[in-house]
Amino acid sequence: MIPLSDFLVVGAALFSIGIVGLFLNRKNVITILMCIELMLLAVNINFTAFSHYLGNLDGQIMVFFVLTVAASEVAVGLAILVAYYRQRRSIAVEDIDTLQG
Amino acid sequence: MIEIGFFYLFSGLAVFSALGVILSGNTMYSVMWLILCFFNASGLFFLLDAEFLGIVLILIYVGAVMVLFMFVIMMLEVNKAAKREGWLQYLPVGGMITLILFIELVAASTSGIFTSDKMMMMSHAGAEVNNTVEIGKILYTEYLLGFEIAAIILLVALVGSIVLTIRERKDAKYQNISQQVKVRKEDRLRKVSM
Amino acid sequence: MTDATTLTLSTTQLLAIPMLPLVGALIAGLFGWLIGDKLSHWITSGCVILAALLSIDIFIQVLDGAEFYGNYWTWISSGDLVVNIGMMIDPLTTIMMVTVTIVSACVHIYTIGYMHGDPGYARFFSYISAFTFSMLVLVMGNSFFTLFFGWEAVGLFSYLLIGFWFKKDTANVAAMKAFIVNRVGDFGFAVGILAVWYYFGTVDYREVFALVPGLVSSMSTMSLLGWEVDTITFICLALFVGAMGKSGQVPLHVWLPDSMEGPTPISALIHAATMVTAGVFMVARLSPMFEFSEVALAVVIIVGAITAFMCATIGLVQTDIKRVIAYSTCSQLGYMFVACGVSAYSAAIFHLMTHAYFKALLFLAAGSVIHAVMNNQDIRKMGQLRKYMPITYITMLLAGLALAGIPPFGGFYSKDLIIEAAYARDMGWVSDIAYYALMSGVVMTAFYTFRMFLLTFHNSDRVPAETKAHLHESPKVITIPLMILAIGAVGAGMWGYYVLDVTNAEIIHGYFRDSLFVLDAHNSLMALELLEQDHTQSHFWLEYGALILALSGITLAFLMYFKESKMPAKIAGMFPGLYKFLLNKWYWDEFYDATIVKPTRALGNFFWQKGDLGMIDKGMIHGGIVDTVKNGASLLRNIQSGMVYHYAYAMVIGVFGLLTYLILNA
Repeated sequence: MIPLSDFLVVGAALFSIGIVGLFLNRKNVITILMCIELMLLAVNINFTAFSHYLGNLDGQIMVFFVLTVAASEVAVGLAILVAYYRQRRSIAVEDIDTLQG
Repeated sequence: MIEIGFFYLFSGLAVFSALGVILSGNTMYSVMWLILCFFNASGLFFLLDAEFLGIVLILIYVGAVMVLFMFVIMMLEVNKAAKREGWLQYLPVGGMITLILFIELVAASTSGIFTSDKMMMMSHAGAEVNNTVEIGKILYTEYLLGFEIAAIILLVALVGSIVLTIRERKDAKYQNISQQVKVRKEDRLRKVSM
Repeated sequence: MTDATTLTLSTTQLLAIPMLPLVGALIAGLFGWLIGDKLSHWITSGCVILAALLSIDIFIQVLDGAEFYGNYWTWISSGDLVVNIGMMIDPLTTIMMVTVTIVSACVHIYTIGYMHGDPGYARFFSYISAFTFSMLVLVMGNSFFTLFFGWEAVGLFSYLLIGFWFKKDTANVAAMKAFIVNRVGDFGFAVGILAVWYYFGTVDYREVFALVPGLVSSMSTMSLLGWEVDTITFICLALFVGAMGKSGQVPLHVWLPDSMEGPTPISALIHAATMVTAGVFMVARLSPMFEFSEVALAVVIIVGAITAFMCATIGLVQTDIKRVIAYSTCSQLGYMFVACGVSAYSAAIFHLMTHAYFKALLFLAAGSVIHAVMNNQDIRKMGQLRKYMPITYITMLLAGLALAGIPPFGGFYSKDLIIEAAYARDMGWVSDIAYYALMSGVVMTAFYTFRMFLLTFHNSDRVPAETKAHLHESPKVITIPLMILAIGAVGAGMWGYYVLDVTNAEIIHGYFRDSLFVLDAHNSLMALELLEQDHTQSHFWLEYGALILALSGITLAFLMYFKESKMPAKIAGMFPGLYKFLLNKWYWDEFYDATIVKPTRALGNFFWQKGDLGMIDKGMIHGGIVDTVKNGASLLRNIQSGMVYHYAYAMVIGVFGLLTYLILNA
């Protein structure tokens, strides 16, 4: 028997690794995007685990929506990167700071 | 129990490959690690009776999203040397915060809030229950509106990424059909008196 | 839909009447640039003409006894306050609807010719159609709120149209003046409506009217600045302040002559025929309230009489063709208010209707003249124009005769009736003043109308040489509306008097049935009838006095202005002070400038210089407010580094904080 908490711990581990990845690879936009994917995956694991242990499919539906949004996000995010690269010939995060006040 | 064995296998590999994603120096390797991570997560989904999501995770993430990542990496020259410098600047504080966060998450998970009687049982559904059919049943009834909205979000993302990346080249020749249709005799024909 | 009395009217048809102009206005306003000028004027004119036809149909049905009272939608529902959008269709409403839509339709057609080639062509049509919609809402509504909505909307469109030529400074100033002066009136109006809501708990006409006698008999009073005032008097006076503003009554009349800066079709539609008469309509509509307040009625009479007299005197000496007519409008509105005040509401509405036709005609004819002499409005630079523009000449003559009150033209029946009613109603010195003011107004009206007319079309030819070549009769789109309105100007009086029986002393048996309410003791028309049946004394002066005065006024005008003569200048030279006084319009503008405009401006200047610049920017809190905000902002600005990962960290720290909080509180 695998207790629910084991799955939650796996999720927590993946989530934390995703956050550390943000700090570690702060210069590389693509890796940042991948870290976000990791964090979303952790969330998905939690959703599915809860869904199973509650005997209720709502959690899985939620995962379905998260997947949709994540896919859209990656598509648009990468498209922005490509467009940005065309403008600046660089995707270094330092260069993307025109939003500052 | 074989199930527990699989759980530790999948979760261990998932965590290990996640570490690979963030630690590997080459972005392309990171993508590969992430693919492995998704495979293992998919395995965990199978353990949780979520077969549909397990398949979808592989199809969408490995089949589409990660391929997209690879294309972009190959298209853009990501400078390998420059991307790690200065990482120590934020890591101590960030690492501490993350560590505490992780401990808190684990503490919360194992505190017993989530192990009430209702959530204790983990009997697998019988062979006659089809996960895909069940999801379909509630997705197209109870969650129809959300489903439609998700579809529209995807459409918008699709159009958006095309708009962002499309470009007309100045040196290429394009055909403007509406202008061709609109043309009139006077535009092309000129009477010359001889 | 609640109840319908005898015959039902089609609710769809009723709804279509205000909606058609609105649709036309929206199409022309939003898509005018797309569909072009031609389609814009066809659509708006078509919609208004259709609305006019539908109104006439409703009018005929109402004549047969149909009425409608019902709600369409709920507008506001907040606690006890429920405001419905509904209609009250009765003889009073329909006569207004017909007048408004017919005059509006004529003005629409006229505008096609008059505004031809103007850069704001479609915009103009959009505005006048939207105005028509607002005016119809005003007259058709069944509650104080719809009345107020229409009231404000016509004010808005009046503002927009006076300032239509927004590149002209004087037009902008005049538009602002109209708007601000109307604000003063509207303040009173809003107070009145709120008082109605406060005392009656409803804003629905019928419910309020049903509750009025109860309030009066309970002798309800309220304390106002230490005075005990009858509640009903307070409500009526507050509402009447609104009417004074909208209808250009002293002392809020100053905006109306200035509004002549707008294009002439507007002057005809808004500032002569419809909007300015809204005040009269309102008083008549609320006759079940005004009837119960002697004081309010007396105030209405006095204000009306003063306006009728004063504006007529100013009209005697003005040289701008449109201003003469504008002062005449003010003066005639004064007549209508006097009629309301002496409880001859039917006479007031009757005069409103005839006045709408002949005054709109007068304005449009004046516009035709102005058009011909290349936008010159000074009658000193006209003369002998009858040779060039016969149709305009004849129609203007008819309108002038109607205004002067010569039988059998429109004004004779309505104006005479007002004067006789003022005579018959016995309210002590109040009605005496009104009677003499109106009588002297008659002779002045006749005089200034024909002075203007003769200076324009007869007298000597003073047209500048460069415009001479341009002189010609206006095109058909201009002359046809003139002819249509001329029919109204000539026939409306007879039609109302003989066919509709508007003036029946027993109102319930006349045209208006129960839409007007008059207490028996106040019924001046009844008193008039009794007076005329009394054969012990002569009624010659009562019956023919006004006519004799009008004829003498016209004769005087002919003597002075038919041929070029030195007489006018000589008379002006005899009374230089009086002449100057009248030419400067009794110095009202100067009075307001000194008492209100200048102090307000000084106060504003004071707050700007001492308060804003002195105290906040520099002054005593120097380095306080301004610099603190500045420094704080530049500190906070550093948070916005523009680095994406900084924002990501902020989120992570947020998650961390939230989770910690949850765990600590678990």
